[in-house]
Amino acid sequence: MKLVKAIVRPSRLPDVLRALYAADITGLTVSRVRGHGGEVEVVETYRGTTVKMEMHDKVMIDIGVSDTFVDVAVDAICGSAATGNVGDGKIFVLPVERVVRVRTGEEDVAAVTPVR
Amino acid sequence: MTKKKICVLTVLGLLVPSVLAQEAEAISGADTSWLLVSTALVLLMTPALAFFYGGLVRSKNALNTMMMSFVALGISGTLWAVAGYSLAFGTGGDWIGDFSMAFLAGVGLEPSGTTPHLLFMGFQGTFAIITAALISGAVVERMKFVSYVVFIGLWGLAVYAPVCHWVWGGGWLGGMGALDFAGGAVVHVNAGVAALVAARVLGPRKDYGREALLPHNVPFVLLGAGVLWFGWFGFNGGSALAADGIAALALVNTLLAPAAGIFAWTLLDRFTTGKITAVGIATAIVVGLVAITPAAGYVSPGGALALGAIGVIPSYYLIRWRTKTSLDDSLDVFAAHGMGGIMGALLTGVLATTAINSGGANGLLFGGGVTQLGIQALSVLAVAVYSGVLTYLILKLVGLMTKLRADSSDEGLGMDIVAHGEEAYATGEGAVLLNEAEAPERVNGLTKKD
Repeated sequence: MKLVKAIVRPSRLPDVLRALYAADITGLTVSRVRGHGGEVEVVETYRGTTVKMEMHDKVMIDIGVSDTFVDVAVDAICGSAATGNVGDGKIFVLPVERVVRVRTGEEDVAAVTPVR
Repeated sequence: MTKKKICVLTVLGLLVPSVLAQEAEAISGADTSWLLVSTALVLLMTPALAFFYGGLVRSKNALNTMMMSFVALGISGTLWAVAGYSLAFGTGGDWIGDFSMAFLAGVGLEPSGTTPHLLFMGFQGTFAIITAALISGAVVERMKFVSYVVFIGLWGLAVYAPVCHWVWGGGWLGGMGALDFAGGAVVHVNAGVAALVAARVLGPRKDYGREALLPHNVPFVLLGAGVLWFGWFGFNGGSALAADGIAALALVNTLLAPAAGIFAWTLLDRFTTGKITAVGIATAIVVGLVAITPAAGYVSPGGALALGAIGVIPSYYLIRWRTKTSLDDSLDVFAAHGMGGIMGALLTGVLATTAINSGGANGLLFGGGVTQLGIQALSVLAVAVYSGVLTYLILKLVGLMTKLRADSSDEGLGMDIVAHGEEAYATGEGAVLLNEAEAPERVNGLTKKD
């Protein structure tokens, strides 16, 4: 059991979702986040107040997967989220102790297997 | 006093006493008051349009879209005084005015009709501004701001001013008897066709047809539509150029036609999609207003109700069809203004009656036969062809000087940051204050990290 945590550009999200669904990965959570990587910074001016925006809008996707699906998920995200520019995001793969499907009480692999 | 003499006196700085002497003769206080108010009302329509359009785009392009309307206040307003007014209302010939009133030479406080000439110029200027701003709806979220500014500047002089001259400035369409009370052809068909061509020349947004491009703020859209309606009382009512019965007629028709338009639109919405939508009602208001514009002072209130209800129907279906095509007229400027203006102009030729305005003409339903309808159709065709061809040429010309479209990556980032270095909804989180000395070199509002 692994938790795949991917941070990607908001503008790539539709493609990422399409790639994940195509790879049979349908259970996921998406959140809007702000973060800072190594990307080009944005300078904004509001009537004489000039600021450097260090935080950029990103989207974080959390996916609980069985071990065999880790590479599938990572490949799908990498293939669909990359633009080739700095700021494309990161993917973290974390160990997971236990997964429970609330509706049925199923655990672990059964809990992350998509419902047919 | 001839215009030439006034011009000479202006140069000598002697204009004021001579104008004061004339003022007593023909200026009506009542008419002037109403035109003063109307000018302010029409000016308010451009910020209202900014809200209408701004609400319909994604939040990363909200400022850029609103700026496209606001910048017209500056560009089109200035160029109107420099040369636009003279090209539109100078004596000239059948096709275009002249430069006799360039830089407002000879446009003083002397009467023009029953109101000061200068006020008439200002009132007409507010029309020139909003007509240019209307086009922006077709090119939002992708056109480079500088290219847009150059485009509307040239468009105002080369397209709006001549077409305005044809109909209102003593040109050939007005001479033929084309009825255009407040700008169905001059403003709406003109801007609508320009928008259609501009959308084609620029091409669709990179995400168009691939992902849902949803309005980011529907309350803005409703606010914009409501304030547009408010301002439109000056647009149509003020076009009577007097505080008289015709102004009252135009104003009441401007109340009734969009009301009937909403009625028809909600029925279509209810029976087509099952839901009555807010963006739908906002659109119905605008299309109803567009449709009544050429007819406002020529049809009866009953005619206005019919015109509003019938006039919105083609636009409803055109919008539904357009979204399935590759034509990214992003905010449906052609469907709303072009098609609404065509319906309004044609229905004026059907519903106009001299029983209500002896200065108008009789349409098809009031014994005028097809003559007036034919003239109306010709005016629509002439304006559409001229606007379409000239808009294409101007865009190609601007395209030679600078790129028309933003780069694909900038389009993804959003035009607000790229074009203006501002965000509509900046939170301030993670914003580091920069001193003047530390401000890094900018490239399109972006800066390379050290």
